[in-house]
Amino acid sequence: MFILPPFKSLQKQIAASTKADVKQALVASHAGIDGLAALLSPRAEEMLPQLAARSAEITAARFGRTIQLYAPVYVSSFCTNKCAYCGFSAENKIERRVLSLDEAEAEMDILHRRGFNHILLVAGEAPAKVGVDYLAELARRTRDRFAAITIEVQPLSTADYATLFKAGITGVAVYQETYDPIIYKQVHLSGKKADYDYRLKSPARVAEAGMREVGIGTLMGLANWRAEGLALGLHLAWLRKHFWRTNFTVSFPRMRPAEGDFHPLEETSEKQLSQLLFALRIFDHDVGLVLSTREEERYRNGMIGLGPTRYSAGSCTAPGGYTEPDSALEQFSVGDHRSLPEVCDAIRSKGHDPVHKDWDAVFQAGQPII
Amino acid sequence: MLEIAGKTFRSRLFGGTGKFASAKVMKEALMASGSEMITVALRRVDLNDPEDDIMANLDRDHFWFLPNTSGARDAEEAIRLANLARAVGNTNWLKLEVTPDPRTLLPDPIETLRATELLVKDGFVVLPYMNADPILALKLQDVGAAAVMPLGSPIGTNQGVLTKFQVKIIIDQARVPVVVDAGLGAPSHAAAAMEMGADAVLVNTAIAVAGDPVRMARAFAAAVDAGRAAFESGLGRQGPEASASSPETGLDFLR
Repeated sequence: MFILPPFKSLQKQIAASTKADVKQALVASHAGIDGLAALLSPRAEEMLPQLAARSAEITAARFGRTIQLYAPVYVSSFCTNKCAYCGFSAENKIERRVLSLDEAEAEMDILHRRGFNHILLVAGEAPAKVGVDYLAELARRTRDRFAAITIEVQPLSTADYATLFKAGITGVAVYQETYDPIIYKQVHLSGKKADYDYRLKSPARVAEAGMREVGIGTLMGLANWRAEGLALGLHLAWLRKHFWRTNFTVSFPRMRPAEGDFHPLEETSEKQLSQLLFALRIFDHDVGLVLSTREEERYRNGMIGLGPTRYSAGSCTAPGGYTEPDSALEQFSVGDHRSLPEVCDAIRSKGHDPVHKDWDAVFQAGQPII
Repeated sequence: MLEIAGKTFRSRLFGGTGKFASAKVMKEALMASGSEMITVALRRVDLNDPEDDIMANLDRDHFWFLPNTSGARDAEEAIRLANLARAVGNTNWLKLEVTPDPRTLLPDPIETLRATELLVKDGFVVLPYMNADPILALKLQDVGAAAVMPLGSPIGTNQGVLTKFQVKIIIDQARVPVVVDAGLGAPSHAAAAMEMGADAVLVNTAIAVAGDPVRMARAFAAAVDAGRAAFESGLGRQGPEASASSPETGLDFLR
């Protein structure tokens, strides 16, 4: 089982890094955990261009000049958890909606017609509304049209993940939100998500079930971002050692304006977000790095080629929001409102190829070959 | 300190008992090497006989014995030898060698994986000798190998770590110690393996057949220490281009 050192000790390790440690991490073929700590430190801030250059070099070598594209489909805003920062929190008095399977399929079809081949199904954590049967059935109905369908829903058992894999789900995102157990307790007030350890063990269950890809991540704005970065690195390295057949991605969504009056406990600037992203790329050359529409157009354009490998586009965070674009039921408001073709144009204009399809449903059993 | 299957070792240089001019030279060289783990070919020694020239010269309180299955051509033969070692050698540790081609003595990956799985289930601590194949290394770990022993180059060739690219991947991915075995013909070869992050190296022929095996053993010991220290100190990346001190990566878009 993955055991995280005390969060405070991570902060101490980072704070103890010297400029020489940063330089060493930049010239080493692999930075290692000590190198990651140095790259996340305040000492590395003044060397951000060097971090960007090394990150860009590694990214080009490992991923080429490409950016993968995906879009989320929100299927439900019901949630049994009370989380201080989330628009879907159980205590928020909002109009809630769960899509019927037909409605969810219609949303996916719209994205399919727009040219999306990779879909992320998102739901609040309410197993009675969106459970394993719902997700499996939706995957079975739609898998012939999409190269990859991934999910971001409540953590499930290994057996449930195996069921979903068989039904056509290829990957699972399950973010710890924060690796600081004290802050975690403060913001996850009730519901199953309040169990820090259960959540921390979830990515390993996903991998154990045979899923092709596991996404881990933290919500930026809860705890010290530098220590979150080191915790992500430690978690990722542990997962890689134990599940060498699995692909991993990391996300670090920054908190966006949402229902409720929660204000970020920690501010993370664009420079700091960039430092975190570069540091993780230098630490792990092969991990997928996700930059969603939470970030603004200017920032996302600027970051093309520097480290991220996967962008969402044309996203709506409300259940049914593609069918009814005026829906007010969104989880949070996005920062980049461009359509898929607009995002693709921007990617091309920076000399990169927007990749729509990088998987095939036929890899998985149960899918007809022709 | 190096730890394998719960046992710790101060020395990261493993030795062997083959090819020495005499048992006396073997003993002196192995003592000079500082090695604590010594592999012994089961086909060469009589573990039962205290008068056996190898066994009589090596103190089992000083050296941890690692019987090997040298000569086994398939999993079945290796397992029979392993059971012999356990029955009369009083150890469940085993360096698994399955080498069906007597010319190259290259290890058979399929039989090695099969034998490892069966021997681990039967309670052995298995250290398989293997070609430097990263996926095989992962699969051997998955079935319970206590360490993996990729070859640097074919046994007895003195070519050094020709497989360095593969060995590096094996080291990066390993959950158990990686011991580079075979082909290390000079102390610089051992140092190179240790600089890459190998947990230990096994050297036999290069010491045993040296003009002065005792001095050569000391030279290998020093090289292993130097390589390990270099690895732990953090080596720079080797590349054709120098890192630009002021790269042109524009970050003007950041707010």
